[in-house]
Amino acid sequence: MSYVTSLKCRECGQDYPVKPLHVCETCFGPLEVIYDYERIRAAVSREAIRARSSNLWRYRELLPVEGEPEAGPFSGFTPLLAARRLGEELGVRNLYIKDDTVNHPTLSYKDRVVSVAITKAREFGFTTVSCASTGNLATAVAAHAARARLRCYIFMPEGVESGKIVGSTIYGAQVITIRGNYDDVNRLCSEIADKYGWAFVNINLRPYYTEGAKTFGFEVAEQLGWRLPDNIVLPTAGGTILPKVAKAFKEFKEVGLIEDGRVKVHCAQAAGSAPVIHALHKGTDLITPVKPNTIAKSIAIGNPADGFYVLKAVRESGGWGDVATDEEIIDAIKLLARTEGIFAEPAGGTTLAVAIKLINQGRIKRDESVVVSVTGNGYKTLEAVAGALEQPLVIDARLKDFDALFERLQNGKRPVAGAA
Amino acid sequence: MQVRVRVPTPLRRFTGGQDEVAAQGESVRSVIEDLERRHPGLKERLLDDKGELRRFVNIYLNGDDIRFLDQLNSQVKDGDDISIVPAIAGGN
Repeated sequence: MSYVTSLKCRECGQDYPVKPLHVCETCFGPLEVIYDYERIRAAVSREAIRARSSNLWRYRELLPVEGEPEAGPFSGFTPLLAARRLGEELGVRNLYIKDDTVNHPTLSYKDRVVSVAITKAREFGFTTVSCASTGNLATAVAAHAARARLRCYIFMPEGVESGKIVGSTIYGAQVITIRGNYDDVNRLCSEIADKYGWAFVNINLRPYYTEGAKTFGFEVAEQLGWRLPDNIVLPTAGGTILPKVAKAFKEFKEVGLIEDGRVKVHCAQAAGSAPVIHALHKGTDLITPVKPNTIAKSIAIGNPADGFYVLKAVRESGGWGDVATDEEIIDAIKLLARTEGIFAEPAGGTTLAVAIKLINQGRIKRDESVVVSVTGNGYKTLEAVAGALEQPLVIDARLKDFDALFERLQNGKRPVAGAA
Repeated sequence: MQVRVRVPTPLRRFTGGQDEVAAQGESVRSVIEDLERRHPGLKERLLDDKGELRRFVNIYLNGDDIRFLDQLNSQVKDGDDISIVPAIAGGN
């Protein structure tokens, strides 16, 4: 049983039935799922949620599905890690990493949104699912579609990391790469969705799909002991996760699961793809698209349709945002790995690098709690950092060679790579 | 100048169900004016009351977002392709 009452246009307020629709016929505004919060308030409790399995469906009353979940039995409920070593380095006491590098089964936050989208695709009776993707979404759709016995077509821009292509094809999906950037792929896919009647998770299932991103925020609140953090830093590409996490915090208050509290929601973008941050810093609502150029390919979206809602959520919360250069992104990935043992993809490096900037700027106070959102796994994007790391040392299999090498290392003299 | 315009599903009720229609004009703006004459109601869907492109509408001229060109003043040539596409934000 669902607590969804309708879809509603976020721009003009027109109501629509619960169908695979995503844009308002009047103004092209995005459609949003509307719930009956009063009924949800009566139905949920902390105890009931705590007693459920550790997956994203523990918040099912606040997700737009009708029946039993058909995907993601182990997706979500990823660790919220108290990052003490990193916190010491940055001079903040209450630093947490929300770690979606270990989301099941495809190691990114996309397992959340896709679990909801695939369940919805089955409910609507689709037999083919598809997506436009820079990579993480592709692997998630391919994996969840395989298990749900749905045919799957994946569209990606040329030049994404090879692991993401392999990581989709392995599940039996048909992968098609497009000569162009992500925005070109998106445009083509919305035309294909129109013509072929497939379930594109991020197009005609978008209102349902995006709701899955709320679970990232629900979990943060529950894992902090049913409290909100003072700050959360989130990456922005198309603009899904940030407004939905802000919505999650509001909904938890609305249905009585947490007391009042205020979270400053901060936005992180890569310097080479930062249309939302440009608008934020200029104080305008107008987002001018850019041609992305960054190693953070998973957040290289130059024309984010939900960017406006990112700006709105950041401003309403009293948050801020900044950009990270490729070099800062790599440094942050290395810092997170070296201090907390978490290997993030460049989007996570971006988020941490921006969190550091906001701390140093005083936008995030050193005595406040802060959650840094790491939404994808570095093992998928080895190319991005491999060139910035030391090469291994090579020696023969002789103890005396190692003795000599070790002595030099102890003296702080690192021999030239490969020629020890 | 004669151009082809691809029409997305939500707007096809204005074009009698056609997914592609012909129109004439010198610029994207004048093409939209011509579309309005041929298919009344379309213009209001594309432009806001100030005459600017609505936030959630993207128009592509031969595959290029007109926001990267000269916006609504982008000049068109005979045989150009124009695509009207609802803005969608994807996932990464």
